[in-house]
Formats: sequence, C-alpha cells, structure tokens
Amino acid sequence: MSPANSDLLMLVTGIFGVLIFASIVGYALEQRFSPTGSNASIENLNARIKAWWVMVVLIGLAFVAGRIGVLVLFAFCSFAALREFVTLINTRRADHWALAAAFFLVVPIQYYLLWAEEYGIFSIFIPVYAFLLMPIVSVLRGDTERFLVRIAEVQWALMICVFCASHVPALLTLHIPGYEGRNVLLIAFLVIVVQLSDVLQYVWGKMFGRTRIAPKLSPSKTVEGFVGGVISATLIGSALWWITPFTPFQAGLLAFIITLMGFFGGLVMSAIKRDRGVKDWGHLIEGHGGLIDRLDSVVFSAPIFFHIVRYWWSL
Amino acid sequence: MKALLAQAAAAVIVLFARAVTAVRTIWPEGGLPARPCIYFANHSSHGDFVLVWAVLPPRLRQRTRPVAGAEYWLKSRLTRFIGSDVFNAVLIARERENRVHDPIQQMAEAIDAGSSLILFPEGTRNQTDAPLLPFKSGIFHLVATRPDTDLVPVWINNLNRVMPKGEIVPIPLICTVTFGNPLRVEPDEGKDVFLERMQTALLALSPRPAGSGE
Repeated sequence: MSPANSDLLMLVTGIFGVLIFASIVGYALEQRFSPTGSNASIENLNARIKAWWVMVVLIGLAFVAGRIGVLVLFAFCSFAALREFVTLINTRRADHWALAAAFFLVVPIQYYLLWAEEYGIFSIFIPVYAFLLMPIVSVLRGDTERFLVRIAEVQWALMICVFCASHVPALLTLHIPGYEGRNVLLIAFLVIVVQLSDVLQYVWGKMFGRTRIAPKLSPSKTVEGFVGGVISATLIGSALWWITPFTPFQAGLLAFIITLMGFFGGLVMSAIKRDRGVKDWGHLIEGHGGLIDRLDSVVFSAPIFFHIVRYWWSL
Repeated sequence: MKALLAQAAAAVIVLFARAVTAVRTIWPEGGLPARPCIYFANHSSHGDFVLVWAVLPPRLRQRTRPVAGAEYWLKSRLTRFIGSDVFNAVLIARERENRVHDPIQQMAEAIDAGSSLILFPEGTRNQTDAPLLPFKSGIFHLVATRPDTDLVPVWINNLNRVMPKGEIVPIPLICTVTFGNPLRVEPDEGKDVFLERMQTALLALSPRPAGSGE
C-alpha cells in the first residue's frame, strides 16, 4: 500500500470513528430526552449526523473514483449551489439566455478547465470572460430595468458557487515536490478543518456562548463559540500535518486562516439570506438546509487556501 | 405496447421535472383527500400541470387527470400521445364553436369515474405582474353539479422563471409546490362569492416572492 493510500485509510478510519461516536451520542440523547421525537434540537442534531454520514460517504466515493470523481462531485455541488443562489436573486425574462449559459456553459467549462489543468484560463474564465460576456447576452434583449443589480447578482452567484467552489478540486492540479499522488489529502484537510470549525464553533457556543458577535446576522454566533472554535480547529488542523506537505506549525497557521475565512464566509452568506428574507438557502440536505448552508465557509476559504499553497509550495 | 411506452414516458417526464426544479412539496396538515378531488392551481408556465402531477404520490397520480385544451394537445401525433396516453388528460375544447362535448360534463364524468382533476381556473397562463388572474366560472359550474367534491388549492412557485413563455431551454431553479387544505362549495353559495373565496385560498399559499423579479 502506498503511503498516500495508508494515510487516506487512517483518515477515513478516524472520520468514521468520530461519526460513529456522534451517532451513539445522538441515539442516547434521543432515547433519554426525545423518545417521541418531540425535542426539535435533538431531532435536528440526528438529522445532521445522518446527513454527515451521507456526505462523508459521497466524498469518500469521489476520492476512490479519483480525479474524475472529485471533479464530478464538485461540479454537481456548483450546479446545485448555483441553483439555490439564482433562485433567490433578481432576474427577469431578459436574463434567460444569460442564466442558461451560466448553468450549461460556465459550470461545465470551468470544471473542464480543471480536468485539462489549464490554470491560466481557469483562474480568469469567470472573473474576466463570464463577467464581460454575461451582461452582453442580457443586454441584447434590451430590458434595462434594474440592469446593474441583475448582472451583478448573477456574477456574484457565479463567483461564489462556481469560481470559489471549484478551487477545492483545483487543489488536485497543484504539483508539490515530494507530495506527488497525495493531493486528494489536501482537499480532505481543507474540508475537515472548515467543517470541524463550524461544528466546534457551534458546540463551544452552545456550552459557553454569552456574547453575540452579530445579533442582526446570526443569533447563534457568539464570541466564546468563535474563539473556542477557531482555537480548537487550528489545533486539529495542526495535528493533521501528517496528511499535508506542511510542518505542524504551518498546518496550524493554514488551519487558522481557513477557519477565519470560513467564519466570515458564513457571516457574509447569512447577510445575503437576511436580505432575501430566507432562513436557509434551500432544502437539499435534511437538518442542514440547502447545499450553500453547508458550503458557505468552504467557498470562502478554498480560493485563499489554494493560492497560499500554490504560491509557497507548488512548482 | 402503447400503454407500456406511455408508462415509460411518464417516468421520464417525472424524473426530468424533478431533476430540473429540485421541487419541494409542502403538504396540508391533514394530508391530501383520499377520494377524487379537484386540484386547482395558479397558471404561469407550460409545465404547471406536469409539476403538480409529478409531485403527487404515485398512487394518487395514477388516477389524477389534468384538464387541458384539446386544440393544443390534439395538434400532432406526439402531443396526442403525451396528452391522451401519458397524462390521460381530460381534453376540452376551448372555443365554443368547435365544441362537441360540454366541458363541465366531461369533467364531471371523470370525477364520477373515480379520477381527480388538475385544473387551472385562470383559464390561461398568467403573463401579467398580478399574482393571479380572475377565475373563470367553469370551476363553479363543475362543483355546483358535484357539491361534495373536495377542492384543493395548489400554489406553484417559480416555475414561470424556469420556463417562461416562448423559451425552449429550462433554467434549473428550485420550485415549490404548496398544497392547501381541502375546501368545498357552501350550500347556496353564489358564484362570485365562491370564486372570490377560492382565489383568496389559493393566494394565501403564495410565499413572499423570493427575488423581487418576475
């Protein structure tokens, strides 16, 4: 067994261990406090744990399938996230072709560019080409009402759901000396740190949370939860240095940056939800709301993580 | 052979409608009526009845027939196959001059035979900014002859953005189909009062518009 595979196996064993533990705790809580399904937070906790199982299995299968599996999985995530985003924005009849192009051209092209490892065009395709071409497609219909708002919102949807999200599988394209064939573990590192940080912020907040950070945006985010979550996720990231090309200190530092970006990403995406008057982005994942509700912190941290690793570690 | 083909086509249409719209269905507290009933919905897209039909539980879907314009569905062999064999639609003539059958009679017979109906009381697709066009009186005349039939309001949200009139490529946006609690015509209820009450019940299911766009 190659070192990459044995590391992956160890990681998977660890994740399954955590999930099994969480499932047992969830089951015990249900037996004790909510045998009839009356306690909403315990029901939600168990729905979330179940959804975690599904997500871990899906990501695991994608890893097993290799590069194509990971690309297909994230292309689907981008598609579904874009669908949730565009559902909530201002569009008019005149945007029909621009939107069709966003779903059926921009998403596949962005992921094809990753497959072809064309970094030069991958990194500017959406910010430059889609940015200029989408409003051109829309303007042809001659509808000027709220034009700037409409094109800006579609562009933001593409940046967040496609451009940023595609930086997770983009980690596979990096060539890091001494780390060949193990890039998939970088994805695991990013996703584990971001998601654990979300969960840990929630747990610390539930236990010790007193001071709300942004009561207008998110009633559940507290200073105590934030500090506890960031510190513990940073430590866990540091402890995962063995799956990365980083030293333990570097791994901790990157985990710290990822966690901060994830936190603020969550806040920004909450602000958008508030503005649109919805609680969740969608209803795709039971207990979690929509896909973007789960991805919000990942999309903000992925491009930054990618660029730091590319700048300092990659050839 | 034709029946088998129709079943396969139905399965493909349901799958396609669900995949494009990631549709979410909100059911009434008491569940849907088990007896034949009339689902009446807002109408803004070609796909409206397909979506309502697609989200119904299979057991109910099998005996639910959309009510549709004969002129459109009898145009070609393909539309005839889809209209009559796949959806088993109750095809009514829109224009009075071409009528051989009385539409009210056709619908009443379908109900008597144990089918539920999907009906769009606005009569035509709503292209205006108003949430709902005034109801046509057909639904009143129908329940006047079958007063113990349940009427279930159904609000279809967002499908007009997925497939606006005249477009051929659907935009995959999330749609919601909300079923309301069953209603009935009151004894001695006048036409206008009844239609007003049905419109209010249907509008009550409409959410605050997500985008403030169309």
